[in-house]
Amino acid sequence: MTGVPLSWYLILSAALFGLGVAGFLLRRNIITVFMSIELMLNAVNLSFVAFSYQLKQIDGHLYAFFVMVVAAAEAAVGLAIILTVFRNRGTLQIDEINSMKN
Amino acid sequence: MVTVVIFLTFAITAVACAVNLVVQRHPISAAVSLIGVMGSLAVIYLQLGAEFIAAVQVIVYAGAIMVLFVFVILLLNAGAERRTGHSHVARWIGIPSLGLLLMLLGFFIRNLAPASEIVRFGDFAEGTPKNIGRLLFTGYLLPFEITSVLILVAILGAIILARKETD
Repeated sequence: MTGVPLSWYLILSAALFGLGVAGFLLRRNIITVFMSIELMLNAVNLSFVAFSYQLKQIDGHLYAFFVMVVAAAEAAVGLAIILTVFRNRGTLQIDEINSMKN
Repeated sequence: MVTVVIFLTFAITAVACAVNLVVQRHPISAAVSLIGVMGSLAVIYLQLGAEFIAAVQVIVYAGAIMVLFVFVILLLNAGAERRTGHSHVARWIGIPSLGLLLMLLGFFIRNLAPASEIVRFGDFAEGTPKNIGRLLFTGYLLPFEITSVLILVAILGAIILARKETD
């Protein structure tokens, strides 16, 4: 075998996405939950680049680029929100940030 | 052969770092694991002929975004998370849904990606900054300009959210 089948890249992408979802569901620290979201975005980027290879077009690279830009904006705003939440509540546990629940 | 070895090395590193991200209870360990995932993914992008995306991955993701994360973790002095009551929604709906999603993804990958499609390093090397830039400023000009407005809004939002109330 002289190369890697394309499906291996997609399987890697699916595995990383699944791990990101698991982290999002199981972690209780708001920063770790946010990092799980970044992991999912990375997994999707890998799919874009892999399909871009299959179709021999660079449009997929541009989508990956836009995902990165949106992730950067999201990280800046999200971390500012986390900072504000911590300043007001003094906690990073998402179980204790439940004032909209009851 | 070399391609397979490189792919397997970095794919296993990425998955191991991602597992570490999920099981670690200290945010700074999770952040370092995420940097490992992003670095490994940059090499895999390079294998797929996406040299510009690989460079941006290292500069923007592993560089800028993760530094921001680490800064906030240090600023908030975030310690290890406490093990609290389990979320029943996550356990009884979320995890089965995740299993279902992965099964669906496996089904589609089996059907849509033929095993005969082999990735060879150097077969597709169009992802250069020149080509990306040309397409970005012709076919994708409107999304690009909207992105710049989005970044501006994000900067303003972050400043307003994160500043201390002075009055």
